[in-house]
Amino acid sequence: MKSPSIHVQNLRKVYTVSQQEAGTAAALGSLVHRHKIEIAAVDGISFDLAAGEMVGFLGPNGAGKTTTLKMLSGVLHPTTGEATVLGYIPWKREKPFLRQITLVMGQRNQLVWDIPALHSFELNRAIYRIPPDDYRYMLDQLTELLGLGPLLHKPVRNLSLGERMKCEIAAALLHRPSVVFLDEPTIGLDVTMQRRIRAFLTEYNQRFGATVLLTSHYMADVEALAKRIVVIHHGKLLFDGDLSVLVQKFTAHKTIEVQIGDCQADLNQYGEVLSCADGHFTLRVPKAETARVTERLLADLPVIDLTVEDPPIEEVIEMVFAQESP
Amino acid sequence: MRGLVELYTQQFKTTTAMMFQYRASLFIWMIGQVLEPLVYLVIWTIVSNGSGGSVGSYTTKEFAAYFIVLMLVNQVTYTWIMYDFEYRIREGTLSFALLKPVHPIHSDIADNLSSKLITLPIMIIIAVGLAVAFHASISPPLWAIGVFIPALLLAFLVRFLMEWTLAQAAFWTTRVSALNQTYFMMMLFLSGQMVPLVLLPYPVQIVATILPFRWMISFPVEILLGQHTPVEALEGLGIQVAWLIVGTILLRFVWRAGVRAYSAVGA
Repeated sequence: MKSPSIHVQNLRKVYTVSQQEAGTAAALGSLVHRHKIEIAAVDGISFDLAAGEMVGFLGPNGAGKTTTLKMLSGVLHPTTGEATVLGYIPWKREKPFLRQITLVMGQRNQLVWDIPALHSFELNRAIYRIPPDDYRYMLDQLTELLGLGPLLHKPVRNLSLGERMKCEIAAALLHRPSVVFLDEPTIGLDVTMQRRIRAFLTEYNQRFGATVLLTSHYMADVEALAKRIVVIHHGKLLFDGDLSVLVQKFTAHKTIEVQIGDCQADLNQYGEVLSCADGHFTLRVPKAETARVTERLLADLPVIDLTVEDPPIEEVIEMVFAQESP
Repeated sequence: MRGLVELYTQQFKTTTAMMFQYRASLFIWMIGQVLEPLVYLVIWTIVSNGSGGSVGSYTTKEFAAYFIVLMLVNQVTYTWIMYDFEYRIREGTLSFALLKPVHPIHSDIADNLSSKLITLPIMIIIAVGLAVAFHASISPPLWAIGVFIPALLLAFLVRFLMEWTLAQAAFWTTRVSALNQTYFMMMLFLSGQMVPLVLLPYPVQIVATILPFRWMISFPVEILLGQHTPVEALEGLGIQVAWLIVGTILLRFVWRAGVRAYSAVGA
């Protein structure tokens, strides 16, 4: 592999948080002595991203995803460990580094609220010193890919959440960064808009060869966007690899959907019956027994239809987190 | 350099667009800018008239000139950065500034100057109206007008750097309003906003001269009112430049420490 675009080695971030019990006595006590505890938001993670790679960063709330992205984009200083992005140490915030990266935060806005997004775009053009031709080219590309045309001249406050997010993403990409960090870019958006943003990110990644690291709560995002995923929980790395391998590794079961006439039959002898509606059973069976159970079902029952599936990715992830919880 | 000119131009356009969205609040803000010096002007006019037409070295007409010029100087040098900064840190929007390959102070200076440029013509008209109404007497020598311009610019820069630096207290504490209040009280008293400094007791005058406040507001006013000899004026400009250097060093130091603190706790 050529030198990685992003290199992370034993990265660790510890926050000191002061704690206070409820009640007046505790409040008075805390005036004299603050009880402080240390929380490791990111607890020694390591991974590499090749140039042009698109990786999904998964984990429940508070797993350390945002903290990691902020360290890699230079907003946060790590407690220990090292990282390089495009060969730069992010938290030194050198100008050539900042010119080549971007961080989109789904829950924060950089666009000026009361005026059309185009003003903020122009401001970013000046801040990043984007040559006029490049700016026009990128603006055209982004307008086309995200369908920004009618949005650019409306005050940002009058845009819907999804429209605003599209403008936020465009503002963050005008300087054509080669490394893109996205923190929950689809949060709060409806399914159509999520799909639109996903399609755009894939297109951007391919068209400009950018390295993309994105976090999301929505499994559909990750499934659609990233072949490789990095799973983090309680600040520790749980898994790094292909999504399909994750499913293989963490699922001991398969789901069999079998349709027979009605729900009268007792199928518990074949596997765990999860549900039945209109003669449509959902069974969970140990992975090793799938073939044998399928065979028996077909032999014993008047089967109309039968499918074997991996459990939904949400379920897999849930299992991963459940297993590793301390 | 060309990049910065471009940035300032673009920020001017953005600020202008924003201000036209906020016409009503802009108007109210300007009333405040006029009202405060007007209140002091009225009080001192009453006091002066009550004590035979002058207080100390100031005649009633000179009081009028003083507070009207002060209104304009305050308008040019005023900043709202302390409120802005607290908001940026509390809401975490400062992170966006940290991602940009330009020091955030440039956008702030450009934003501040832009809104001044837009409001200044109106303030000058108001000042002329007040000067007529209060029979202000002002007849600066020609050289004083020449010195007034750099003195005013330096006053703006010194005040901006100081308040930008002070605003960074928000990096370490979430309750900066107490600090702001203290600062504004000292400013009110020691910058000549409430009383011309020469009317204060001598020890207080010395304190006001040692601290930066006088050089942020009072000094350009004194120049335009012709209260200094050319040599004194040049000395004053020298002191302003010295404060500018001190302010720049302080700002760099505090900003670096502040960013380190911010990036340690996150936002």
